[in-house]
Formats: sequence, structure tokens, C-alpha cells
Amino acid sequence: MKKLLSIFAVVAFAFSAHAGTLDDVKNRGFLKCGVTTGLAGFAAPDDSGEWAGLDADMCRAVAVAVFGDRSKVEFITTTGKSRFPTLASGEVDMLARNTTWTISRDVNLGFEFVGVNFYDGQGFMIPSALGVSSATELDGATVCIQTGTTTELNLADFFRLNGISYEALPIETNDEGKENLFAGRCDVYTTDASGLSSTRAAASNPDKWVVLPEIISKEPLGPLVRHGDHQWGDVVRWSLNAMIIAEELGVTSENVDAQLGSNVPEVLRLLGVEGSYGEMLELAPDWAYQIIKQIGNYSESYEANVGPDTPLEIARGLNALWTQGGILYAPPFR
Amino acid sequence: MNEKIESRKPPVATTGIIGWLRINLFFNWTNSLITIFVIYCLYQFVPWILDWTVFSADFKYNYLGQQITNQEMCSRNLDPENGGACWAVIYVRFYQFIYGFYPREEVWRVNISYVMLAIALLPLLITKLPYRKIFLNFTYVFPIIAYFLLNGGFGLPDISTNKWGGLLVTLVLGCTGIALAFPIGVLLALGRRSKLPVISMMCVLFIEFIRGVPLITLLFFGMVMLPLFLPEGIDMDGLVRVLVAVTLFQSAYMAEVIRGGLQAIPTGQYEAARSLGMSYWRMNFQIILPQAIRISIPPIVNTSIGLFKDTTLVIIVGLLDLLGIGRGTLADTNWLGLSYEIYFFVSLVFFIFTFGMSRYSLYLEKKLKTGINMGAD
Repeated sequence: MKKLLSIFAVVAFAFSAHAGTLDDVKNRGFLKCGVTTGLAGFAAPDDSGEWAGLDADMCRAVAVAVFGDRSKVEFITTTGKSRFPTLASGEVDMLARNTTWTISRDVNLGFEFVGVNFYDGQGFMIPSALGVSSATELDGATVCIQTGTTTELNLADFFRLNGISYEALPIETNDEGKENLFAGRCDVYTTDASGLSSTRAAASNPDKWVVLPEIISKEPLGPLVRHGDHQWGDVVRWSLNAMIIAEELGVTSENVDAQLGSNVPEVLRLLGVEGSYGEMLELAPDWAYQIIKQIGNYSESYEANVGPDTPLEIARGLNALWTQGGILYAPPFR
Repeated sequence: MNEKIESRKPPVATTGIIGWLRINLFFNWTNSLITIFVIYCLYQFVPWILDWTVFSADFKYNYLGQQITNQEMCSRNLDPENGGACWAVIYVRFYQFIYGFYPREEVWRVNISYVMLAIALLPLLITKLPYRKIFLNFTYVFPIIAYFLLNGGFGLPDISTNKWGGLLVTLVLGCTGIALAFPIGVLLALGRRSKLPVISMMCVLFIEFIRGVPLITLLFFGMVMLPLFLPEGIDMDGLVRVLVAVTLFQSAYMAEVIRGGLQAIPTGQYEAARSLGMSYWRMNFQIILPQAIRISIPPIVNTSIGLFKDTTLVIIVGLLDLLGIGRGTLADTNWLGLSYEIYFFVSLVFFIFTFGMSRYSLYLEKKLKTGINMGAD
């Protein structure tokens, strides 16, 4: 399957090699961005039919960078199976579809991950009545686990490393895991931490459940583009980086206009007052200013979609800036 | 001796309500036991479901009288002890369920299409309709009008099919699939029985290939591989590609259903038509097919209902049909956890359509008196 996909990618590349994606997008007048068919906090239609979420913001940020208008984006829904062929065939210009960055996807499938907009990882959720505060105390617990996934292997590794035993209750879907945990048929439910948070938020009484602090696998989720179009890859990469740098520099959608008169050189470079970074990317000089003005910095997007004040209540954790205990880090803007 | 004797009334136990009860519900002891068991189950279930869906349910406001805008405001989440379904999610999201992401200022186009669909179906459903001929002409041009109305053209702004969703996508897929698959299916069925080896071989190959793979495979093929084979610059619409896959799938099944009907027609009918000097097409369209299709009505409706429900598979290729919109709603942090309400609503809509179809086929069967003794009356 993967070999087949990479053949498609090559064929698609041969077809699409005529002009840069950036020019295609500009000529078309809007960005085509692949998102999920619905995942809480990442991309889901709101009541008025607008797509909202961390990934949806990523798409909008790129649209703002290119057109200066957050509405110039068309969201194409993709599933776990259709996402890569959809990108390879050129039907979308980029994917922001909580996709884990792995070597085979980056290299073999012929895609280019331009960064990470959410560090996810496998976690554990238990009833708070269990009174357990760390996953290492889960000796002998019954664990609901999706079969045939990497989570199953990670789980076995984790328990073996810690010398504790568990009993697996195999399930097929997330809904099944949720029902089994809520009905008490298993003590622990394990899947990606963001998934656990949405499962918890969907419970009739979320306070009865806790997500343990241990994260036992690496799931860096990020936007990706087709291999070989570096100009376009740069546009997407720096749209994401601009949001992260804006947070570092304390530039928000509210104070961005005041920051135009800042005396910090990097802020002036970011907002396009100094330097010609927009020109280098073949974008408007104020592209990053517009992203921050219309979408906000990374922190604003995070807090609005998945942060502690949303029903998902995902703490910043790994996704905090490198200066604040996380690993979120963007190269300097110069 | 000329006195007239009043006719005696039949025994009480065989007429009226009591008779009906005795014959239908308490005929013998197993029958009675089953009846009592079913009544007990209904007694347990019906009040509970009525309470959950109607009496304790929130429709727009919760029990505090506030308008519900997210799941936390549902009565059952404010007070888990009482409160039933929270239909507010359907109320708030009704537009999306019916039209998807179709722009609001253009939605009249969808509404007109829905009304026109109903008008176009009328002459097909009611044979005694006044001015049926005129209506039928409208039915034939309806798909073309609906295409331009929904998609854009003639001064109407283009609405990308990407923005279509919900019931609109379900109906477009279901109706187009069923309507196009029928004529193709008839031709395939005739082709498979043809005496010309090339034609029959091709039809057999097509039918067996399509029937040999699951619908999902065809959908993937249409969605993922087709664009790679098409020359550059030809950008086939996603919905069209899915429609092609659905139509091919359905026509193969339809062909086999109609072939079943064809095989039930006695050879005498063919010979009689031939002896009157009828051509192949005239014989088939005037003598054989009318009879064959008549006896095939139940399986035709059966596969049509199957297709209508199979349209939910398109979520796998990223199209948001009615069920897809439901799942998308469940992923909105405002409405997390309302899966019972959403799946209940979606199944209700599907039930209304499929039940309507099956009742209509029953009515047709009765009207056309389909049965083994056809031609004898």
C-alpha cells in the first residue's frame, strides 16, 4: 500500500511539477486545505458551519499569509485513509489533519512535514475514584486498548519497562473504549492524550475522570505539503513559525497594532516594518502581521481551541514554549 | 311454515374485537405467551422512550428556561437525575443537517430543488395524477434544472460541491444513483442474456467485476485513483467521482435483479412476440420488460434501499453526508457527548425515507398484482 502510494506521489508530482503551488493558489484565489472530518479541538464545523480548531487555524493562517484574508480557504475533509492520496494528487495544497510526523511518511510517501503544531502522545485516563496519581501504580489494571494500533505496542513496552502487569480488554473504536470505561468494564483507557481529553469532555460528569500525567509515546502532529515544492513548503512552515514567534515575543492579536511601534528589532522584522522577509517568501510585507491580527499567536489559537478553558482542558504541557517548560521552539526570525 | 327465521349471529368469540384478539393474539398457548411477553416489553420500553424523547426532553430551552447553546446547558447535564434527550443540538444544527455548508444567501436554490424533486416524483408515484403527461416531461428535465440550480450557471454564482453536505448530499447520491442505475441495469441485464458473445461477455465481465468488490473499494478508486489517471487540467469534481462509483455499483446489482425477472418470463412470450414480427427492441420494451420489471419490484426496491443506506459510506472519502454532519457535530467541543441524540435523529431521517420506499413498493405490488399467475387474469 505504501509503495503504491509513493508511486502515486511520483506520478502526481510529475503532473504538478509545472508551476509552484504558491502560484497555483494565488491564481485560484483561495487555498485548499485538507482537514479531518471532525475531531474535537482540531477541526470541526461550528454551529454556523465555519471550521474551527487548531488545525483549521493553521489553514487560515496560511490563507492569511497568501491573501491577507482569513476567509480565502476551502476546507476539504479527509479521512485517515484518504488524506495522503488527496494531498499527493494535488487536490489539496496542504494537509493540517493531526497527522503524526514519521520517517516513512516524510520520506517514503514523498511528503514534507513543515513543523509541529501539536505535540501529542499516548496517555492514560482513569476514574478519579481509583485514587491513582501515576501510571506506574496501575499494577494489575484492566486496560481498554484499540487492537492493531501502535498504542497497543507502546502499552506493552511501558508496562514491561516498569515491571508491572496489566490485563488488556481489546476494543475496536474510540466510542467502544469510552462506553467500556464509563461502564466500568475496564479501569484504564489508553489512547492519544488529545483523544482522551475529548472522551473525558464527552462524559456526563467529566470531574469523575482524570488523565494521568504520563505520556508514553511521541506523536508530533503537524501540517505537511508535497515533496519538492520548497517555496510552498516555506510559506506553510513560516506561517506556523510566525505564530510561535509571536507568542515568544508577546505579540497578540490585541496588541499587534501597538507593537508596530515596538523597539524590539525582532518584533519589527516579524511585523514587516523592517527587512524584506515577505518579499523573500513572495508574500505581502505584512503577511505575519495579518496572521497575528486575524488569527492570533500560537497561544491564542491553543487557548481558544484545546486549552484549559475549553471543554477539552488540555494543559500546555509539551506544547508550552521552550522558555516555559515545553518544547515548542521556532527558529529565529532574521 | 312461511315464518322467516332470523339468521343467527356468529359466535361472539369469532367477530369484533374479541374475535380479532383471539385469532391474532391468543390463538393457542405459544401465541398467547408471545403476546404477553411482547406486551410486557412494550410496557417496559415505550414509556421510557417516550419520556426520554418527548416528555423530559429539551427542545430549545432547558428546564431553567435558558436557550441551549452548548451541551453543558442541557437539562440532563445540569441535573443528571432528570432530563431526557437534548434536541437543541438538532435545532441549532438543523441547517447543517439539511444543507451542509451551502451559503445561507443561496439556500433558496436548494429549497427550490427539494420542492422540484417532490413535484418530479409525483407523476412517478401517482398514476392517476391529472395532467400527468406534462408533469412527466418536467420529471425528465428536472435533473438538468437541478444541476444548474445547485451547482451554478446562467448567472447564478458557482457553489462548489465541497460546500454541499447533510441531507442534500445523501439525496443527490441516493436519487442520482437509483435513477441512473435503473436504465443502465436494464441494458446490462439484456446484454448479459444477449446471443452476441462480445456483448454478453462484456456485460458479464462488468457485472461480476463490480459485484466482486465492495462499494468502499469503488469509492476509493473514484476518489483517489481516478484523478491520477486523468490528464492534467481535467479536474473532476469529488462528488461526481463518487456518483460515478455509486452508479456503477448500483447498476451491476440492478442488472442482476432485472435478469432475475427476465428469467421468470416464459419462452412462450418471446415466441409470441417474435411470431408477430416484432423487432428485438420492440419485443423487449413492449412485451418482456414490462412483465419482468413488474415481478422484480420487491428486489428493485430492496437494492435501492440498500444503496440509499450505503451512501453513508462516502464519509470514508471525506464527503459529509447526513451521518457525516452528525459526526462532525459530535466533534464540536460545544456538543461533545450528545451521540444518542444525533444518531437517533440521523436514523429517524433514514427510517422515514427507507420506510416510505418500502411502503410504496408494497402499494405498487398490490396495484400491479405481481405474482406467479401473471397473465392469467
